[in-house]
Amino acid sequence: MAYGPNPQVGEEIATHTIAVLVDNEPGVLARVIGLFSGRGYNIESLTVTEVDPAEHLSRITIVTSGTQMILEQIKAQLGRLVPVHRVSDLTREGPHVPRELALVKVVGTGEKRVEALRIADVFRARVVDSSHDHFIFEISGDSGKLNAFTELMGPLGLSDISRTGVVAIARGAEGL
Amino acid sequence: MFFSAESCCKLREPECGPCSAQLERRMNGRDDMSTESAQNTELQNGARLLIQALIEQDVEVVFGYPGGAVLPIYDALFQQNSIRHILVRHEQAAVHAAEGYARSTGKVGCVLVTSGPGATNAVTGLTDALMDSIPIVCLTGQVPTHLIGNDAFQEADTTGITRPCTKHNYLVKDVNELSRQVHEGFYVARNGRPGPVVIDLPKDILQTNGRYTPRAEVKHRTYRPQVKSEPARIREAVKLIAEARRPIVYYGGGVINSGDKATQELRKFVQTTGMPCTSTLMGLGAYPGSDPQFLGMLGMHGTYEANLAMYNCDVMINLGARFDDRVTGKLSEFSPNSQKIHVDIDPSSINKSVMVDLPIIGDVGEALEAMNKAWSENGNSLDQEGLKTWWNQIEEWRARHCLAYLQDGEEIKPQHAIKRLYDLTSDKDVYFSTEVGQHQMWAAQYIKFEAPNRWMTSGGLGTMGYGLPAAMGVQVAHPESLVIDVAGEASILMNIQEMSTLIQHKLPVKVFIVNNQWMGMVRQWQELLHGGRYSESYTDSLPDFVKLAESFGATGIRCTKASELDDAIRRMVETPGPVILDCCVTQNENCFPMIPSGAAHYEMLMGPDDRAAKPISEEGMVLV
Repeated sequence: MAYGPNPQVGEEIATHTIAVLVDNEPGVLARVIGLFSGRGYNIESLTVTEVDPAEHLSRITIVTSGTQMILEQIKAQLGRLVPVHRVSDLTREGPHVPRELALVKVVGTGEKRVEALRIADVFRARVVDSSHDHFIFEISGDSGKLNAFTELMGPLGLSDISRTGVVAIARGAEGL
Repeated sequence: MFFSAESCCKLREPECGPCSAQLERRMNGRDDMSTESAQNTELQNGARLLIQALIEQDVEVVFGYPGGAVLPIYDALFQQNSIRHILVRHEQAAVHAAEGYARSTGKVGCVLVTSGPGATNAVTGLTDALMDSIPIVCLTGQVPTHLIGNDAFQEADTTGITRPCTKHNYLVKDVNELSRQVHEGFYVARNGRPGPVVIDLPKDILQTNGRYTPRAEVKHRTYRPQVKSEPARIREAVKLIAEARRPIVYYGGGVINSGDKATQELRKFVQTTGMPCTSTLMGLGAYPGSDPQFLGMLGMHGTYEANLAMYNCDVMINLGARFDDRVTGKLSEFSPNSQKIHVDIDPSSINKSVMVDLPIIGDVGEALEAMNKAWSENGNSLDQEGLKTWWNQIEEWRARHCLAYLQDGEEIKPQHAIKRLYDLTSDKDVYFSTEVGQHQMWAAQYIKFEAPNRWMTSGGLGTMGYGLPAAMGVQVAHPESLVIDVAGEASILMNIQEMSTLIQHKLPVKVFIVNNQWMGMVRQWQELLHGGRYSESYTDSLPDFVKLAESFGATGIRCTKASELDDAIRRMVETPGPVILDCCVTQNENCFPMIPSGAAHYEMLMGPDDRAAKPISEEGMVLV
């Protein structure tokens, strides 16, 4: 066991969204995940898919939390992985748009069913599948909105949730 | 380029058996590989593409062990004379030998092992190389592509297993990519902060024909470590140093990794400024050990003067070291009143455990060159009065003679054994390796290294069993030099089988066993932390090391009396071929000075009597 980071420095825990541009090669995701588990960092959300098929580039979006010192370490450690092109701390570098998509299955009949549809309308969720006793809603937004929606659906027959995790992009004309 | 007969023998000892056997086969017309013509466009099988890539990467020696999955490579090795193969007796030793080779030459060490157990046995060596930033390329065999994931015979998920213990790894899936990936692997191992790279080679790929990509055509897509540091930061550093009154340089293995320029610039920097310097375990030799400006090693078993100077300094200049926990001790009390400058090529080393005031990312040799230039251009000099007071203080600490020991009577003190070993070999062209434990710390304390690349030790991982194979690798690289493995009787047994390799390849390594019949460092900690309950730290049933040496065909010497020590050491050095010197020393000697775990630099234990006065905190008890 190491002696641990200096406890006097940066005690406050913050949540940051980090975008990583990587070569889409075998094992690259395992490297990123292994880095987080091996060094004891948190992953609150992680998404990955290829964004540039011609150049074989994938973009990984990670939501993580830690002290300032840990967050700086996470970025440095990510930057050190050989297939990584760029690491960008979206939270640090300015305003950004975070989005998440969820598919929410709500099972019920009668008044509860009507209420579920009403709330979905307020949240601008779309119905993508339905029968006489269920709906599947598609909803997108920031994680807080999705949390609020699923919480409201709880007593109305919520049976299944699938969420994508956060994707995010910096506001303005600058690219990664 | 495949292989003139002469080039082979230059790399080997005069009477090398396997070499002449290979020549004979060549003359019998069985060597059909060597054609100088248009290798770049002709199709060759994967194994030959690999050999060609290794030759282009200037690989002279491969440390390895054959097996089913790498047979095509061994077949290709058999049919060439450019690359020498050292047959080890265990794959862990192959990696340590490559580390010794790399550390003592500054080149990349190369390892070749088979799939499954070959690869898993190499894991300890790879982790060791990662922790100590040693450039290694380890070629592992793999089951054929169509069997991967099928639990085939001798299959292991090598890239999965080695992902966290390598700098990078590859699984070659296309024979036409093989040479490119090998060139990339060497580039990654060598550049930036060096480290081990694994290239996993499925057997079918080795047997399929493909095209060669020359080294010059390979450019890495992503990996561009920052070598040149920002000039503004250098200027800031010089300004900060110029205002210092109690400065100190704390350097590490990065200076040695960076190369000769870095060690020369370090000497220039320390000598021009006139400030004191101290070294980590890995940095020993980067600055001459006998120079009065050198305060000795710092850290857990460092000198009193080095640790107190670190605690009391006002400007600390960290050059290629990483604030390891063995160096810092208790972090909250680590050099509390200093401004810290940290030069490192690896950005993740900055602010990892110690917050620094001025980080400089880049190659330490380049940074030092720039700092030296900026220092002299502006006609800087340290405040001479302040510096004088600082040195007076340091000399006071030095006067404690923290490394003093009492050699009395015929029982050999381990410190004395190592001191005499150093005294009697210091005029020679000598390289030292160590195993891990008390003897390692004593070697670090009592041997003075005047030049870099002369000291191989397992620092970060602390791998018992490292020293003998590492010495083997050093001896391969420096066949005419004296190579000594300072060992403990427990550590040496972890890779003792390599004595056989020494004999086969005529490597005259000298093994100096500091034999106290205990896992000394374990016993020392049990004494300090666990009420002297010596749980499993006594090494019972030790072999007779003299007979053991003889059984391998080496020379064995035993020494039990102080009056016979010098003669025994001389005999060890002068006897041709591998020698084991079993030096039986005082059994209960402990390694001092010591910063107990969880304590600060000023809380050093100077000797056994100090222990009662400074009990170890509960917080310290949980630390390693």
